[in-house]
Amino acid sequence: MTAPFPTRKQEEWRYADLDALQPVWEQFAEPVTLTVGAGEELEEIWLPVADDVQLRRVQLALGEGAKARIFALNTAPVYGRIELEVSLAEGAEFELFGVNIGTGLSTNEIVTNVKHVGRGGRSRQVIRSVLNGKAVGSYLGKVEVARGAQQTDAEQSVKAMLLDRGATANCKPELEIFADDVKCAHGASVGELDAMQLFYAESRGLDPASARALLLEAFVMGLWDSAKDEAIAGASREALRRVV
Amino acid sequence: MLKIENLHATVADKPILNGVSLHVPAGEVHGIMGPNGSGKSTLAYVLAGRPGYEVSDGGVSFDGRDLLAMEPHERAAAGLFLGFQYPVEIPGISYLQFLRESLNSQRRSRDEAELSAGEFIKLAREQAALLDMDAEMLKRPVNVGFSGGEKKRAEMVQMGILAPRFALLDETDSGLDIDALRIVGEGINRIMRGPDKGVLLITHYERLLEHVRPDKVHVLQAGKITRSGDIELARELENTGYAEAAA
Repeated sequence: MTAPFPTRKQEEWRYADLDALQPVWEQFAEPVTLTVGAGEELEEIWLPVADDVQLRRVQLALGEGAKARIFALNTAPVYGRIELEVSLAEGAEFELFGVNIGTGLSTNEIVTNVKHVGRGGRSRQVIRSVLNGKAVGSYLGKVEVARGAQQTDAEQSVKAMLLDRGATANCKPELEIFADDVKCAHGASVGELDAMQLFYAESRGLDPASARALLLEAFVMGLWDSAKDEAIAGASREALRRVV
Repeated sequence: MLKIENLHATVADKPILNGVSLHVPAGEVHGIMGPNGSGKSTLAYVLAGRPGYEVSDGGVSFDGRDLLAMEPHERAAAGLFLGFQYPVEIPGISYLQFLRESLNSQRRSRDEAELSAGEFIKLAREQAALLDMDAEMLKRPVNVGFSGGEKKRAEMVQMGILAPRFALLDETDSGLDIDALRIVGEGINRIMRGPDKGVLLITHYERLLEHVRPDKVHVLQAGKITRSGDIELARELENTGYAEAAA
């Protein structure tokens, strides 16, 4: 039986493009489950595909001391959603580097629920969005720290760059903490390209489009520094070229 | 080479330049001195084309071309370089990438062949060494974590790499210690002295002028050139200050 179709009343679907989702819902209704056993490591690189609507719904279970690092580029032409539910056992480490690059009327979102179940877990989520036209880019990130999960270290860094007046960024870090000895840092900012940086680059000979592309590259590319495969850097550059 | 005629400019509707006229012929270095708020930096920004700096009257020609009709990047490709008073930090992009893309963008617009990564790195190393700067610093993000003096030195390395025909240097001497001042002065002479080159050197102090030895020195006050002379004028100002010079 297929899971019921979501509604916007559900917080985690509030910015979704449900009209775009409806025709393809059946194939995405059930999330994919990934399990990383105690002490094991996983690195995933999620590249965009050519489809108008792209969903990745993943449940990730990290055993004791397991490590997972995910690099995700979300740049669907109509609706893209990367949804991750992560549980961390004692001493597990989770890192997500996620980028929304949206153009036109597209909606791209990254929705996470990171559950620190065991003690001493670490999670780090770094999200960047670059949006032009009337594109929407969202990050909804919930971090839950269970009662016994002392010494949890959770971090969320969310930044969005709006290139046009009609573009929208939603940044919503959310914390639910039931332990008293934890570190949960979160920061969010929405801005536009810095006029002085643009002038500096142009005064050195870069035409305005190249200067913008370079500054956007600076904004995004650092996230891929530790990725073992360069495909995601190449795909980002290509996506950035489309939004400049 | 650079002809400024009766230049009036405003910033946020406030008049800052009130009729600057100045001619720097090819082969010459001119110094501009003046008190705080006299319009020195505004003049540099107007010449480089910074958005928000509006020309309300007058004109500027560069090699006979209308400089003010050109976009900032076109001015750079035409051979104009602005050494910033406060060089801008750009996290996320290395100096090497920034300068290579800048140089190649200029070369493309001049129909010259682009430099390969290898050719560029060789050039960048040479120019950094000539200014006594560790080339490893060029691998770091643009100006991020650089001290004030390092930023100014890096501006000169950029000038060496981009090899402009005309340099506007806005208080390149501020933030430099005595040794760095000498190295930067020598750098300006080495890179910018030539029969087809020119420099407009904006400074508060006479010290850098002793290294660079300008052909002419002008005093900018309240948005106008009030006096012109040779290096003796700079020495006089050093002793008397601007208030007396205006009297």
